[in-house]
This record gives sequence, C-alpha cells and structure tokens, in this order.
Amino acid sequence: MLRYALTRLLSLSLSLIAASVAIFAAIEVIPGDPAAYMLGLNAAPETVAVLRDELGLSGSVWARYLDWISGLATGDFGISYTYRVPVAELVAQRLAVSLPLAAYALALSTAIALPVGLWAAARRGRGADLGIMAATQLGIAVPNFWFAMLLVLVFAVKLRWVSAGGFPGWEAGLGPGLKALTLPAVALALPQAAILARVMRSALIETLGQDYIRSARAKGLSRAQALRRHAFRNALIPVLTILGLQFSFLLAGAIIIENVFFLPGLGRLIFQAITQRDLIVVESVVMLLVFAVILVTFLVDLAYAAVDPRLKRR
Amino acid sequence: MILLRDLGLSLNGRPVLNGVSLEIGRGEILGLAGESGSGKSMTALAIMGLLPEGAELRGHLRLNGLDLLSLSDRQMCRVRGRDLGMIFQEPMTALNPVQRIGDQVAETLIVHGEATRAEARRAAARLLNRVGLPPDRFPPTRYPHELSGGQRQRVCIAMAIALRPQLLIADEPTTALDVTTQARILDLLKGLVAETGMGLLLITHDLAVISGVADRLAVMRRGEIVEEGPAASVLADRKHPYTRALVAASAHRPTTPPPPPPPGPPLLEVREARRSYPAVHSGLFRRLPPHRAVDGVSFGIARGESLGLVGESGCGKSTLARAVLGLDPLQGGEIRLDGEVVRAGAAMPARLRRKMNAVFQDPFGSFNPRHRVARLIAEPFHLGGRPSDADERIDAALEAVGLDPKHRDRFIHEFSGGQRQRIAIARALIARPDLIVLDEAVSALDVRVRAQILDLLADLRARFGLSYLFISHDLSVVRSSTERVLVMQAGRIVEEGATEKVLHNPAHAYTKALLSAAPKLKEPE
Repeated sequence: MLRYALTRLLSLSLSLIAASVAIFAAIEVIPGDPAAYMLGLNAAPETVAVLRDELGLSGSVWARYLDWISGLATGDFGISYTYRVPVAELVAQRLAVSLPLAAYALALSTAIALPVGLWAAARRGRGADLGIMAATQLGIAVPNFWFAMLLVLVFAVKLRWVSAGGFPGWEAGLGPGLKALTLPAVALALPQAAILARVMRSALIETLGQDYIRSARAKGLSRAQALRRHAFRNALIPVLTILGLQFSFLLAGAIIIENVFFLPGLGRLIFQAITQRDLIVVESVVMLLVFAVILVTFLVDLAYAAVDPRLKRR
Repeated sequence: MILLRDLGLSLNGRPVLNGVSLEIGRGEILGLAGESGSGKSMTALAIMGLLPEGAELRGHLRLNGLDLLSLSDRQMCRVRGRDLGMIFQEPMTALNPVQRIGDQVAETLIVHGEATRAEARRAAARLLNRVGLPPDRFPPTRYPHELSGGQRQRVCIAMAIALRPQLLIADEPTTALDVTTQARILDLLKGLVAETGMGLLLITHDLAVISGVADRLAVMRRGEIVEEGPAASVLADRKHPYTRALVAASAHRPTTPPPPPPPGPPLLEVREARRSYPAVHSGLFRRLPPHRAVDGVSFGIARGESLGLVGESGCGKSTLARAVLGLDPLQGGEIRLDGEVVRAGAAMPARLRRKMNAVFQDPFGSFNPRHRVARLIAEPFHLGGRPSDADERIDAALEAVGLDPKHRDRFIHEFSGGQRQRIAIARALIARPDLIVLDEAVSALDVRVRAQILDLLADLRARFGLSYLFISHDLSVVRSSTERVLVMQAGRIVEEGATEKVLHNPAHAYTKALLSAAPKLKEPE
C-alpha cells in the first residue's frame, strides 16, 4: 500500500511540473500586453516599458518562469495587475467561498445519488426504477442556471426562506454562511446527483450479475443484503471516478451559478481576470486548479486501493 | 431427507424439467450426471430456491417434511446456508473480490444469527483449517485474488458447510480445476460427508468424476431422469442408451488415423526457452526471488504432428504457449517457426504470423460480441489482405467445422458452447496455418461436445496436414489426440515421449501422480 501511494505521489509531482510549464507557455503566447492594456491606447511606449518592469514582465522567459515557480512554492503568487493586492490574498478570499460550496454540493449530490442508485438497482425494471431513470434524465438535461433561477423564484421570492443571492462572509457566522450557500449548492448538486445515481445504478446492476452475488444468496443473504454487503463496494470504483471528476468541475465550473447568486467565488475571479488581462491572477488560479485536480485524482487513486485490495499490488 | 417428487419447471413458458424425482438420505452422496443443458443446474437452483425470474415450479420439494415450495423468499433465506449449502463451478469468480476470505466464511454464521462477530471469526478460522487452508499458510485475512482456483473452491466449501447443512449441493465443483486439485477437492467432500453426515448432491457432466465418489447415480437428459440406481451398478450395466453414450464420450478417441509425418525439418523448434515473472513484493524493499514460469524448455513439433503438453495449472503451460504465439517475450532461448525466429515484442511479419493460430479455453470471451460470425472468422485476413474469394472461404471454413454457412450473419451469443468453439476453430483455420496452438481448447466443454470437437480436430488435421500443440490438464484428452506428450512441472519438462508409452508406463513421479489423480471409469468385465 505504501509503495502504491509513493508511486502515485511521484506521478502527481511530475504532472504538476508538466502543467506549470504548459500554463506558463500558454500565457506567454497569448496576445495582448497587460501593461499596454492597463495604461490605455494613448500611453507613451516609455511609460509602458516602466510598467512592464514594475510588473516583472521584462527579462528572459526562463528567469520569469523560475521566478514564478519559486514564488508559488513559497506562497508568493505575485501582485494582481488590476486589484493591486497580493494574488494569494485574493485567491484565499475566493476559496473561502468556492471550496465550501464545492464540498457542500458534492456532499449533497453523494447523499442523494448513492441511496437513489441503490434503490433503483434493487427495483430494476419496475415502476420505481423507471421513474427514477426518467427523473435523472431530466436532471441531466435541465441546465443548472435555469434550475437555479427556479430555486430563487420559489425559495427566495415566493417563500422568502433565504435571500436571493450574495454572501455575508464567514464573519457573520457558520449558520448564515451555510444558508447563503444552500440554494447554489442544491442547484449545483442536483445535475451531478442525476449523473452519479445513474452510474451507481448501472454499476450495481452489473455487479448483481456476478457469481459471488449468487454465492452470497446461497449463504442465506436476502436480495437486499447481498446488494448492500457485496454489490455496493464492488460497484464503487466507477462511482469514485465520477466523483473525482465532479469535484474538480465544481471547484471552478461554478461560474454561472456564482453569477446567478452573486457569490464572490473563484469562477468569477478567473472570469474577470481574463477579461481584464490580469494574467498573473489567471496563471496562479489555473495552476491552483490544476493542483486541486491532481490532488483529487491522487485521493481517488488511494480510495480505489482502499475499496479494491487487488489494486494495492500494482 | 430431501425429497423431489414429480418436479416440473418451465422458464418463461419453455419446459426445463419434467417429472424429476430424487431422494437423498443422511450421509449419502447422489451423483447427478448429464450433458450441459440437460437441467442439472436448474434442479440444484430449484432446490435452493434461487431460480431466475420467469421460472415456474410444480410438484413436491421437501426437506425433512418441510415443504420448500410453500416458503416465501424471506423464509427460504433462513433455510439457505443453514440447512442447504451450495458450491458452484467457477471458484475464480464465486468469491467477493473485495472481502477477506475469513469474513466471507464468517458471514454465513453472522447472517443466520448463530454467532457474534468475534465468535464467527474464530469459527471461520477453524473451518478454513478444516477444508485444508491452515492459518499459518493461508490466514483468514487473505483476499480471494491471493489464492489459486483450488484454494478458492476450498473457501467456498467452508462457506457452504459453516452451519453444518443437511444437504450440500456441489454443481460441477471440480470442472474448472486440474486433475490433481480435482482429486483433492473430491476427497475433501467425501471426508466431510463421512464426518458430518450431511447429504451431498454432486452434479457433473463427467461420469468418471462420479464413479469413485457417489453412492447412487442419477442420469439426466432433457430435463428428465432417464436412469437411477446404485452408482456401481448403473455404471456397470449402462441400461439406458444415453448412459452408454455418456460413458463412451468420457473415454472417446477420434477414429481418424493421424497422417504420416512428411520428412523435413521440424515445423516448430523451441530451444532453452526461459521466462520469469518478478516476484510479489513482500514489503517496501524486500523482494522474493523471481518466479520462473518457464525454465529452460526445449522441444520440437514435426509437420503434421500433434504434441501434447500436460501439467497442473500454474506449471507454465500457458506462458509457454504465449511465447510460442509471439504474444509474450522470452528472456532466454529461441523459438523458430518454419526456420524463422519468433520474436515477441517486436512486430511479427504477417507472413510468419499467418503460419500459426490459436484456440483458447473460453469460447465466448475470445470473440467480440458485437461482430457477426462472418466478420469474426475473417479476422485473420488482415494479415495478408482480404483475398478475392474471402466469402467462399468463410463459407468453406464454416462447413469444415460442421456449421451451416447460412449462420454467417448471426452473433456469437446465438450459439452453444460447442458451436462457439467450432467457430473459434474456423477462425484459426481460415488463414490456412501450419500450426494451431490449442490451449485447453476443450476443457470448458462437456464430455459429449468434447468428443465431437476432438473428432473434428482429428479430421481437420488429416485433411489439411495441420500440426497441433495440444495443451491440457486433462490426460484423457491428450491420450486420445496426440502422438507425443511433454509433462511439465514448475516450468520444466520432466518427462517426454510417445503418448501411449508415457501414459502407460510413466517414469517420473510427477507423471505417476497426475495419472493416479485422473478419475477413471472401470470397464465392465
């Protein structure tokens, strides 16, 4: 197991280095000079050059790459061109919203999807199963921003249970914070739950055809017991794969939902940074997201091995 | 104790069992024989109450007077595992891969509320020890993938007998195992019957397996019992023609004489072949010595010759076969086909590739289920380009293996196991190879189908001058279909010679052990 973890960790570090080179190179070739953009069309070339120096945009490519990487390693992400504050500070503020939102949505979608998948698999082909399959189809088809607006109309405008948007900040306390994140989390979670429930169901149904389920039944387990005790864990591998992908998506892919609910999250930060040529923010946030994705992949790999002992040997 | 009276079964309206009446007493072993599809397994599943959906059961089924057919599934769950135990054919997949073997055995006790978790763990360790998995070598914390097929079947037996059921049903328990393992498992089952007084329903297609074990024997055909009685007298008298046919198939020998070998250099030459696999890690830095799967093996096959290769599972037979086929590289030695070196890993020229082909054990797993038969058979054509007469050759290949060319547009799931293996042979034949590697090609087939396929192979060999490398753990197959045989143990050839001579007068202790483990039917005096 330790060996398995170490080899995964090594491949994780190599992926990170490769990603940092790719991101840096991509930003290098993107047209548009941030200094010229910030100073406007009529700026004198000398002024632009001064600003370029100030922003650390002059110098050789290698020197700038090493500068950036060593900064990242020590937590110094540089200064945002537009906001004029350290990028680290900016990202930390936004992460305080995005990370809990992603975790909240993921917890919700898992809590909904696994029981629903189990329930549908146990009733395969019957009315309940067909109903659930139709509902999940709908859940995948409906765009989440439309669903988000529907939630706002019902729970904020009609019932007035929650506010329609905005985030009070964690200083206001855990309760108000979570309350503000609930509607966005639901809007994000339901489509994900629909996908996850379908994956769970089909993985379970495939597992139920296996010989060891028959063995379990011969031991005296009921259909439901065989499903819970033997099929469930064997069906988790594809579910974990999807779960890992969904978390990565939720972390940065919530731009539209963040806009609908006026949440100061990471998605909106990167969107604004791109339109304002705030390349240092773009670079750092993208790198951070890559790191998060790779980390999640690593955790999913470890979870595979925890679920399936056959993988520990590899 | 268990009583079946006039049991009838239909599956989605199709009759499967008809008027089946059987009785098994305490400490009695009843053998149930018949070819695949005769209804043996359905009888077992009917007793267990585990029939597939769409099954309709009629008649009487009683366990010590308890009417099993009147029980709900919930009530049946209390009977299964406690009074009725069952083990299945395929030990490789019968255990949950993600659960420790001790826990799987303990579960039987826990589900029935017979023991606390800790007690069940201790009982599981005792049971595993009883079935021949002592805790010092096979701790209950092992996972199924760390055990061989025979060891896994022992775990299944421990699971099934944990609560000392009154009846144990063993459905082809040794069909997937090699001869020596088969003999040990049959001994274990016999010992358990004598020790616990349970009844045993032993289902198999091979009468030879039953002959040394069962007290009574029932022969089943198309859902009906055609003959029943004391095993010795049923096997000696063979009153029913079907029983006679089964016995004949069990010892079948193809009648087509092998063609005389043409002179010339050998077709296949293997010299000092060597291949080892890295050892399992026993810790982060500690490594066991590598496992030598093939350890300095040399042999040759003449044109038109059929060479047998026997040995237990894990002896290196398949590794050797994969090297010959150029699928896995060797680490030492050389393989030459028709004078040209076979180098795995490097791309093999199509002209060399075309000279050999293979038929494997599982006729279903070796076909793409989404392609039609004509396309499946024509696959080897990509080696030399599709010939202009491809369609005629596909039809001819189907005819050569005894199938109707009209079936070329069907999918593989529409065929029986024996027909699938015929299609596999047609695919091997179509590029007109010189050598066919038959890796346990008839092991998954029942005796009657096996006899037909052996006849077909002998016939094709005579017609097309083929050479065979015939790999099998079953000595009777090798005896009937090869002129020379190699006996392989732990990666080495321990004995070789003319098949008749080696099997009649074995020189090596291992060959003797293999022969004595193989079940045999005595010829009536």
